[in-house]
Amino acid sequence: MHVDAPQGLSRRLSDLLYTRRGLLLLALLGPVLLWFGVIYLGSLFALLANAFFRLDDFTGQVVREVGFSNFVALLEPANLDSARRTIVMAIAVTLACTVLAFPLAYYMARHARGAQKAALYIAVMLPLWSSYLVRLYAWKLLLAKEGAISWLAQQLHAQWLLDALLATPAIGGPSLSFSTMGTFIVFVYMWLPFMVLPIMAAVERIPASTLEASADLGAHTAQTFRSVILPLAMPGVAAGSIFTFSLTLGDYIIPQVIGDSTLYIGQIVYRQQGVAGNIPFAAAFSLVPIVVIGVYLWLAKRKGAFDAL
Amino acid sequence: MTAAVSLDRVSCTFGTGAQAVRAVDSVDLNIDAGEFFTLLGPSGSGKTTVLRMIGGFTLPSSGRVFIGGQDVSHQPPYARPVNTVFQDYALFPHMSVRDNVAYPLMVRKAPRALREAKADQLLTLVQLPGVGSRRPAQLSGGQRQRVALARALISEPQVLLLDEPLGALDLKLREQMQSELKTLQRRLGITFLFITHDQHEALSMSDRIGVFNQGRLEQVGTPQQVYDTPTTRFVAQFVGAANVLQGEAAQRLTGMACAMLRPERITLGPQAGAKAEGQVSEVQYFGSFTRLKVQTWGTSVQADLPTGSALMVPPLSATVHLHWDAGAVHALATG
Repeated sequence: MHVDAPQGLSRRLSDLLYTRRGLLLLALLGPVLLWFGVIYLGSLFALLANAFFRLDDFTGQVVREVGFSNFVALLEPANLDSARRTIVMAIAVTLACTVLAFPLAYYMARHARGAQKAALYIAVMLPLWSSYLVRLYAWKLLLAKEGAISWLAQQLHAQWLLDALLATPAIGGPSLSFSTMGTFIVFVYMWLPFMVLPIMAAVERIPASTLEASADLGAHTAQTFRSVILPLAMPGVAAGSIFTFSLTLGDYIIPQVIGDSTLYIGQIVYRQQGVAGNIPFAAAFSLVPIVVIGVYLWLAKRKGAFDAL
Repeated sequence: MTAAVSLDRVSCTFGTGAQAVRAVDSVDLNIDAGEFFTLLGPSGSGKTTVLRMIGGFTLPSSGRVFIGGQDVSHQPPYARPVNTVFQDYALFPHMSVRDNVAYPLMVRKAPRALREAKADQLLTLVQLPGVGSRRPAQLSGGQRQRVALARALISEPQVLLLDEPLGALDLKLREQMQSELKTLQRRLGITFLFITHDQHEALSMSDRIGVFNQGRLEQVGTPQQVYDTPTTRFVAQFVGAANVLQGEAAQRLTGMACAMLRPERITLGPQAGAKAEGQVSEVQYFGSFTRLKVQTWGTSVQADLPTGSALMVPPLSATVHLHWDAGAVHALATG
């Protein structure tokens, strides 16, 4: 029987890959591992190594000597203040996203069917399909002094409420678009889909019978929520919060466009590496979110957020 | 005496308009206190919907549900003095076995020491001491079943609902659990409402059986009544093997319009005094008996010959003579 060469070769190749599974795995995972290991992690470590160098103030050149001067500089009150403000914002955004996302995600997972579920899914995903900057500037207009929200407050005779909020120290400002409250609102809006989807996936995996069993065994709706739904949805909340928390910690564009002039970690890193050319200090400051996320994950694990995985 | 569970013309319809399905159709039922009652029926017959309406997971479209004389038709599950053993056990995967069993006491705010002691006591009752600190995922199917049972019993419900609890177990384990459940029920004196599609299970465990078909209760009675004197053709055929005879064959063989004859009541014998003569068309060996299919009067009659009897099992296409007592024939309504 005649078998032509290309077919014979591809047949031999497929036989080889079938009998040597390790080879197939290597072919599939090799490129992505190379990407992660060399380009992604490699450049991250190169950046972090920079944190131990320093910038010569006089020449503006990086001095490649290991030292801790950047970490000492981190402890300056202005820098500590920025770090604290960013972390508080990340926590607030994560909490708000959880509270807003949970009912929606629960409804989508347990009650919505067919076309309604698809419509809700698209409604959650739709913002992610358009440009981040477009949405950000849209919010700038919405939150401006003569913007839609201010107009709506006037029409509803609730201007006093808006004024009272804006007069609140620490979160207020001349208008929503120039206040920490505005920054918070836009952060919550931007990251909400990243919280809805993981919670929905987690709630979908809870068997309906466990909820019925809980009610059957005497638990009221609130008790079932606390003792069964919440613990079993916790991996989803934890996954979503890792997104909302780390995205807030690292973002430098939202606080640039909306908010008062106080700086967030991302902005400092951006300015240090760009305008000032102080890569070593920028690198040292980028360590802060990494350490914070590490501590956050460790706490979440200790609290048992991943137990039901 | 008040019935433990009482259904008063209970119906349940799913869907609306043209797609509406009447899952349960005007069911009246009284279950006595301390009784082991089984709802037996094929899947989709509505028996699980009845259980769900008693448990409170599904509300009846019409009719009323009473538990211990109280109208609970519109009460939520947590307000009803019944507990359920679910088909998939529905254990909480994030809790230890002990916390699972103690859950009903936890939601009623019992002190921790008390509920853990009680949970361990219940785990001993279901013969699972010492697994309290494990997770449900670390247990076998049979063990999970026992944990679900312990959890449903810990708050001492008036009625225990069991929704095909043995369905997922293998045969040996299932038989063992059947006798354990029965023993447990007798010891605790709790009313058990057991759901199954397995007629052997229903016959061997129950005080009374309700046979369900297409949303209706066809017959309620003791296992003997249901087996020996079925009231409908469906009951005759669903509970145990049966020869249901109709038309000419029924007239010739039994002198009735429609009749049932159990295969084990038929024996082979001499031509003299035989009720029928026919040809063997199939021989199936079942271990404790051999089932013959005999063609006679245009119909096929099953006859079970016990293994070890003096009779030889006839070969295929042999001509045999069938004998039975007059009392073995049970008249059925035609249709």
